[in-house]
Amino acid sequence: MTDANATRPRTRRDAQFDKIRDREAALAGTRQRTGRFMSKFLNNRLAVVGFVIFAVICLMSLFAPLIAQHDPMSPNLRAIAKPPSAEHWFGTDKTGRDVFARVLYGGRVSILVGLGSALLSAIIGVIIGVYSGYVGGWLDWIAMRISEIFMSFPQIILVLLLVAILGQSLLNLIVIFTLTGWGGIYRMARARMLSIREEEYVQALRSFGLGPARIAYKHMLPNALGPIMVNITLSTAAFILQEAGLSFLGLGVPLSIPTWGNILNAAQDLRVLEQNWWIWLPVGATISLFVLSVNFIGDGLRDATDPSQQG
Amino acid sequence: MQPNDPILKLRDVQVHFPVKTGVFKRVTGHVRAVDGVDLDVRRGEVLGLVGESGCGKTTLGKAILQLVRATQGTVTYSGEDGETELTSLDDAGLFRFRKRLQIVFQDPHSSLNPAFTIFGSLEDPLRHYGVKTREERRKIVGDLLEAVNMRRESMDRYPHEFSGGQRQRIGIARALSIEPELIVCDEAVSALDVSIQAQVLQLLMELKREKNLTYVFITHDLSVTEYLCDRIAVMYLGKIVELCDAEDLYANTLHPYSEALLSAIPVADLDKKSRRIVLQGDVPSPVNPPSGCPFHPRCRYAVDRCKTEVPELRRFKSAKGEHMAACHLIDQPLAE
Repeated sequence: MTDANATRPRTRRDAQFDKIRDREAALAGTRQRTGRFMSKFLNNRLAVVGFVIFAVICLMSLFAPLIAQHDPMSPNLRAIAKPPSAEHWFGTDKTGRDVFARVLYGGRVSILVGLGSALLSAIIGVIIGVYSGYVGGWLDWIAMRISEIFMSFPQIILVLLLVAILGQSLLNLIVIFTLTGWGGIYRMARARMLSIREEEYVQALRSFGLGPARIAYKHMLPNALGPIMVNITLSTAAFILQEAGLSFLGLGVPLSIPTWGNILNAAQDLRVLEQNWWIWLPVGATISLFVLSVNFIGDGLRDATDPSQQG
Repeated sequence: MQPNDPILKLRDVQVHFPVKTGVFKRVTGHVRAVDGVDLDVRRGEVLGLVGESGCGKTTLGKAILQLVRATQGTVTYSGEDGETELTSLDDAGLFRFRKRLQIVFQDPHSSLNPAFTIFGSLEDPLRHYGVKTREERRKIVGDLLEAVNMRRESMDRYPHEFSGGQRQRIGIARALSIEPELIVCDEAVSALDVSIQAQVLQLLMELKREKNLTYVFITHDLSVTEYLCDRIAVMYLGKIVELCDAEDLYANTLHPYSEALLSAIPVADLDKKSRRIVLQGDVPSPVNPPSGCPFHPRCRYAVDRCKTEVPELRRFKSAKGEHMAACHLIDQPLAE
């Protein structure tokens, strides 16, 4: 090897390769897992776009009092159903409330309900599903039966029941969505674990005497994370839309509080749909954008956690 | 401790899996994966465990490691502090002995966790066994990788970046990481190319010499056993039918099943007429094993006695220690 290098004249390629080698040597050991994760996420253009949209919508909702010039709750009878103008950017609705302010304030509730219940039900579903899927036995049997009960029950009746018992409020809505929503993620996590637990690396870990919780949560869960991530984004969207539906029925958030669902419900009126597009279009677009951005982020997270995909 | 002392004693080990059918999951039968195995593994030897697919080799290997619990019988480990019956211990009690026994798996593609780097996969067992600092663990994992002829730097790579042979070597490194005394190699080379097989086998033998290991080598490849093993146990339908010194098996085959297996080894010699014994039919179902000798439906020597009477594993005279076989029809002198 060394002889061949000595006799052969150095070329431009050699210099290039030396440079690459030096750079790799300088980087060796500094590369961390989190750095790799971030760089892969940032290299995914759609995920970054999604994250920016997500952040903008969240921040605007969070700082709604600073941005909106009008009170979202107080009607202005001199400006009923006015089209967008410099005064009211998104126009006003049928009781003269500023739509822009309502969209901003509505985001606070809708994002909290949508993302909050999706994350909460994912956490519950994953914690139960991962462990019971790996360990099996009576624990698995019980968890499975409970999820079946929740899933086979018509959701609307369950909601009616819970509202009757707990009363109508934002927190109750999140509780209800979590109760009815954890089953799907639980089943998915469990199904993934059932297939992963036959893999030989799990057997190897068992032969080292590692405990079931450590094997299930630390070693197996990362391999099940991809579909779970996608499911969280999908259920976020579903929960936002469900909140709209329940609010319309008068079972969700009280109608006086602006939420994206409550605003959109104004479009149930055919006249509004035909003549006052500014009442439903901005909020509809915001919901779509938000759901889309969450989907992009979910995709980006999944790709970033998959080690076999290069960033 | 003498080098020839048994490190592991298996006595009448049975692993039966219940077969559940119908709506109410009633147990209607048992798969007799391992059906009464008596076996001693001697310290420092390579014991080959051969047999067709589905004869219970892998289950026996897992039963040795207590990954599958034996439904009956005992597995006894003897180390510095005397003999311990592993089958009677619970998970907490087993902890101390997990360190002594390890396993290398067949499929290099599923034997490493794809979500972790090699270091990530290998460090957790080390942490479990009390290697506290990250630096120490990195050093140990690096040394292990070098011991299996891989570069130290590969510990920060992911499994998908390696070839099958490399992954198998990482699997061996993982088994070595807690310095076991006995390693069960479950078809450790059968998923690899022949050239890579030789490489990995050589590595295994070198490691055995260096670290004074004992191997239980599960395989269906008799040419591998010939190269590697000191003793060979031939399994058929959950039972051991022949157990003897490796050379003895080839020189003086006693059981008709071993004879058929040996005739199936391809020989690279054009002039040699091979007398291949082709077994009729498939391995019988372990749910419903045949009466008498389990091999009788496929045995070309079978007589009436084979259909009714289960043959015992008997000890025959041999130049090399003992030669055990379970067949009624062997007309060689028994050992005292």
